[in-house]
Amino acid sequence: MINQAAIKDLIIKMADDELIQGHRNSEWTGLGPVMEEDIAFSSMAQDKIGHAWALYRILHEDLGGEDPDRFAFLRPEKEYRSAHLVEMPNGTYDFSLMRHFLFDQAETIRYESMQESSFESLRLLSKKVKGELKYHTLHANAWVMQLSKAGEESYGRMQQALNDTIALAAGLFEASPEHEAALIEDKVYPGEAELYRRWLDRIYPVLVKASLNLPAITAIKPVYGGRQGIHTIHLQPLLKEMSEVFNLDAEAGW
Amino acid sequence: MSNDSLDPRVNRLKLGEAGEVVKVEEGENWNIYEVFHQEKRGAHHEHVGCVHAPDPQLALVFAKEQFARRKKCVNLWVVKSADILAFDVEDEDMFANNLEKTYRDASGFKVMEKINKFKQSK
Repeated sequence: MINQAAIKDLIIKMADDELIQGHRNSEWTGLGPVMEEDIAFSSMAQDKIGHAWALYRILHEDLGGEDPDRFAFLRPEKEYRSAHLVEMPNGTYDFSLMRHFLFDQAETIRYESMQESSFESLRLLSKKVKGELKYHTLHANAWVMQLSKAGEESYGRMQQALNDTIALAAGLFEASPEHEAALIEDKVYPGEAELYRRWLDRIYPVLVKASLNLPAITAIKPVYGGRQGIHTIHLQPLLKEMSEVFNLDAEAGW
Repeated sequence: MSNDSLDPRVNRLKLGEAGEVVKVEEGENWNIYEVFHQEKRGAHHEHVGCVHAPDPQLALVFAKEQFARRKKCVNLWVVKSADILAFDVEDEDMFANNLEKTYRDASGFKVMEKINKFKQSK
């Protein structure tokens, strides 16, 4: 029997990352740099929210959790388990693209590892999202390559964006002190430290190809806290806006 | 006089200084790519529209979400519009007299009668 509390903890943080990142990315809708990109980025934001919904449904259906909509929209801020990376305001497009690159590579590594999970629902979901994530990383890699080779200003901004996001992104791999050992032992997934290592191996060749400098691994100080419900000042306003319509009438049928 | 376009790509070209040669760096200005959509394996790729992109790779990335987001699709082609060779509009007259050459149509061969007769004999 897999440790239920540990599984819940893992799924909540995965789902919250997807929801908050999806919402942030959707803020670009109508404001993207060109129409084609606006559509592609918005479509991927929807995919993220779809992943969040699938995970909230696993919580609801397999683990006795609350209704997915209520769980997504009605929790107080400190009960969200999203990492700081995804809460950050969009800033300029270079920042958003670099975050998209780092986040989606991390997400891909995570789901890939769950194709062998002992928890069936995660195993099935990880196979279902495989194609979508392949596109998301293709898109992210293409942009990182393109902008890093588009002249001095563009290159400088991409390097700056990487410097600004790398420690935040490393914070995605914050392990639960309470549950990590059980999750690894139960073969739910290989654990955050292992995913972090795989992620660095995955992003490194792309960054090299783009001539971007990844800071020394030892110099990266992962930004933790999100998994324990400690958030930046940016999450609360996002939650307020995101749940505004839902809160007009939480009982409404759609 | 600068060209105050709403499109940043146009402004980057710094048009308007008469007599000066405008030099466009590789990748600086975006191209149009024609998109061809394949509905199932083995089927023809059909032209479905176009996208703006700085290179073929991103054209393909964009085309996927513009043209394969909802309808069934198994593959896409992108081709730079400028690489397509076409006749000039005024050369349309080259095609004009085809209608008078009906003797070239396969329909000239009367075989259906024989085929039907063969089918009935079975």
